[in-house]
This record gives sequence, structure tokens and C-alpha cells, in this order.
Amino acid sequence: MIPATAATALDFARVRADFPALDQEVHGRPLVYLDSAATTQKPTAVLEAIDNFYRRDCANVHRGVHTLSQRATVAYESARTAVKEHLGARDSREIVFTRGTTEAINLVAASFVRPRLGAGDEVLISAMEHHSNIVPWQLLCAERGANLRVIPIDDRGDVILEEYERLLSERTRIVGITWVSNALGTVNPIREMIATAHSRGIPVLVDGAQAVPHLAVDVVELDCDFLAFSGHKAYGPTGIGALYGKRAHLLEMPPYQGGGDMILSVSFERTVYQEPPHRFEAGTPNIAGAIGLAAALSYLEGLGAEAVADHERRLLDEATRKVLEVPGARLIGSARHRAGALSFVLDGIHPHDIGTILDAEGVAVRAGHHCAQPVMKRYGVSATVRASFGVYNSSDDIEALVRGLHTAREVFS
Amino acid sequence: MSELRDLYQQVILDHHRKPRNCYVMSCATRTADGHNPLCGDTVKVYLRISDGRIEEISFQGSGCAICTASTSLMTESVKGKTVAETTQLFRTFHDMLTGVAAEQGLDLGKLMVFEGVREYPVRVKCATLAWHTLKAALDNSGSPASTESSSSTA
Repeated sequence: MIPATAATALDFARVRADFPALDQEVHGRPLVYLDSAATTQKPTAVLEAIDNFYRRDCANVHRGVHTLSQRATVAYESARTAVKEHLGARDSREIVFTRGTTEAINLVAASFVRPRLGAGDEVLISAMEHHSNIVPWQLLCAERGANLRVIPIDDRGDVILEEYERLLSERTRIVGITWVSNALGTVNPIREMIATAHSRGIPVLVDGAQAVPHLAVDVVELDCDFLAFSGHKAYGPTGIGALYGKRAHLLEMPPYQGGGDMILSVSFERTVYQEPPHRFEAGTPNIAGAIGLAAALSYLEGLGAEAVADHERRLLDEATRKVLEVPGARLIGSARHRAGALSFVLDGIHPHDIGTILDAEGVAVRAGHHCAQPVMKRYGVSATVRASFGVYNSSDDIEALVRGLHTAREVFS
Repeated sequence: MSELRDLYQQVILDHHRKPRNCYVMSCATRTADGHNPLCGDTVKVYLRISDGRIEEISFQGSGCAICTASTSLMTESVKGKTVAETTQLFRTFHDMLTGVAAEQGLDLGKLMVFEGVREYPVRVKCATLAWHTLKAALDNSGSPASTESSSSTA
């Protein structure tokens, strides 16, 4: 958990200077990066941590008595502790390194849910999930003859809690719910939803991919059974993420993949697996990635969770107000509580065309379905423009976005 | 702005706003659906072919300006052409968009307005979705055209 320091405002100029990739021109214009929900830029601290590992400490982990291997092992396991601290978990053994959120969800589907999912059982997700929290469950349900149930959302983009309670049944084996929607920006009342599921003895997996970069996380307070997130959306490198899982669950779960590093002993007759978390980390892990992720979380903690949340809340409010002043703009998703991203459409101009026109002005946004096609269908659009924010964005970036939207209207006038 | 004008030429904007041959053809002899899974653009092409010649062509769909205008202009370009001529025209059009020097290319006529798309590689699929769909209809393969190859669904 990020310590709740006094909410000091971000030293914006300093923060921006921490991100070297932001200091460049695109099509002759200063880069305005508004696509952090897809992936964030990386601060120098992360780049240096990765660079240091490869320049000084590069060796394999958990084997070898030589000095470099010991350094690499210490750095890798320290990164696990850093993730544990950031998530507010009690025990480092509750943190499994994965390639990202997608792999973490697949791991839970394969090792936790598969053994307890029978024909006619149910997996419950929401209508605003990213494909990564839909498809693994679809695959599993198809294999087991189980049913995927979906909690509907209302016009604003909030889950309908009465429907959620109605859908929790005796057959529900797990609830998979995103904390923050990547397509709508909705912040779900997951603490309440977890408590409701637990009152019926149903475990909950939280997709934290869009939450970890923006919100303070405390898995003990949330009481979630699992929480998955990706490093690269939280200022860390790509190809690394983590799964938090309650120790009791991890202990009962069979391995996800087989290979080196996840075993105690191997013979052709019998293999004895490691204890969690190493049981779930077959093969040489992404050591540099884990070290980079720890540096990213440390960077975020240095800024302060409250300062980050406050800065981004103000940006989102300002962007919402100013984009809605553009004639023909319509918000897709206006949930009571939003974070990180703003999804919208402009009358008569397809999001793809807007994306190209904004790019010509140096403004990077996402135009498309955001890997959430069911959400797009819910709103009767095939795509939206999504502007998403990070610690390095400012009012100037929002003005560049709005200027670009006016250019788009001019091109199409 | 001038670079954007090379992409969004008036002819393209005009066909985007008022697409030609945009209707459901009840007497179609061939149809095909096209889909770009990366952006969600969809198009359905209707054909009435007689003696190896496209007598009538129409479409329905939703997409960006480049996609809609390309579909609209395609229907104008291939109406009355033989299947062989249409296939050759698609090849020439595709070569122009991908920057391949056509050896024996046809006169693209109005389709030249899409030349600017070449500078935007991610938009090439927007301009070719309709043509891939037309080709699927001509091949009568029965399977929908896609800008990406696909496998079965879960």
C-alpha cells in the first residue's frame, strides 16, 4: 500500500522531465501522449534499473552460487517484496510474477477455477470487461460445459448492483470484475461487490490493470481473492505483471505451466513441485522486468498515491468539460466515479479519422474498440476515441487535444 | 493541415457524406460480408452478375471516412466491368496503396484520390476492406472477408 502521505501537489515540471520519451516531436509537433491506458511511458528510474541489471547483475535466479546469480536473485525477490508492499499484501509468497494481467487471469482460470468448475456451473463477469477478462472464461466454460454470466451495466456505465446480486447463484464458482474500466473509465464499487460475493461463499478476481496506475491498492482491506495487474500500464516495462492470490488459495492450486524453477525434484516417475509462488513461475522469469516493475512502483510511491489521484482527477474533470464543449461531442460512459480515461465520439466523424487527424497534430489517443467490443455494442458504437491520462499530463495536453478536435471538425466541414 | 487534405480530399469527404450505391439489393446474385476486427468497420457488398459482368453493385455498412468513401467509389468503378477486369483493378489499386510499382496497371481514374492513404500505413486496410469483400463475393466463397485471418470462436 502506498503510504498516505499529506497530499502534496505533483511537481509537474519535474515529473515530466522524468520521462525522456515525452521530449520528442511527432509530425513536427511536440508529442502529446494521451494513451496511457494502453501503455504508459517509462520514467528514467525504470530505464536505469533495467539497464543496471543487464550491465552489472545479469545472471539467472534461484540457482548458481556465484555472486552475480546471488545479486540477481536478491533483486528479483526484492521486486516481489516491492509488489507485495505496493498492494498491501501480508506475505510476499502471495505475489506471483506473470507476463501481465492476461496471463494472471489465465493462471487463475486454469489452476483455481478449472478444478472446481463442473457442467452447469457459472462464471460471473461484468459487461464492461476487457477481452482479457472475458476470453479465458469463455474458453474454460466451453471446456467444462459451464456458463458465462454477465452483469449488465446501465447507460452511464455503472454495473447494476441489483442485477449483480440476482446473478450470484449457487452455481457461481467465481466472479471476475474489473476495478477500473479501460473503455469507460468507470471505477466499480469492488469492495462492496467482493463483500456481497463473499457473503455467499463465492471468490472474486479483480482485474486491476487500470486501477494500479491510478488508485491506492490494499488487497487486505478489499479482501479480494485474486488481483491481477500489468507493469507496463503502471510506468513499468512490458512483459511483466503480477497476480496477488490469497495464500490459502495458492497453496491448493496445481501448477499452471511445467518446467524449470517450479520444481523441488524431478524424476521420470514423480515430480515434486515448489511451494507458491515459485510453483507458478516455470522457466527463467522476466528478471529485468520484475526489477523494472519494482522501480516503477517505487517511483509511483515517491509521488504519493493521493497526489497522483488528485492530479489525474483534475485532468479528467477538465478534459471532460472541455471535450464536451466541442460541438457534436458525446461522452461514452459517464459513471458516478471515473478514473484515468475519457471515451467519446464526435457526430459525423469516425473515431479512426479523428485518431489520424490528432496524430498529425502530435496528439496520441486510442481510436477503436479498446479490446472491449461488448462495451461498444452496449452503446451502439463500433469505436470511440479514448484520451487517457498519466502523471505526466497537464492542461496543455488537454488543450492540444481540443485544438485537434476542432481541426477534425474543420477537415470534415 | 495540407497533409491532412492530401488524405481527406474533397472527393473522399463527398463520398463519405453521400455514399453512392448504398442500399440493400433484393435481387443480388452474390453477397459477402467484410469486417476489420482491428477497428470494427463492417461492410456488406451485393452483386448482380450476368454473363461474367457486374450489372449492379451496392453496399451497406459502417466505417470511417476512408472505408466508406472507398466502398462507394469502388461500386462506381466496377459497375459494368467483367469479373476479370475487376480483379485486375483491385490488384492495381492495392499496388498503389502499398507503394508497389505496377507494371501493367490499369487507369485507376477517380480511385487515385486514395493515393494519399499510402502515407498512412495503418489506414490502408480501411481503403481495401471493400475490395476484399468484393473479391469474396466474386469468389463466392461463402466465408466473410476480413482484413485479418481468423480461426474459429470459442
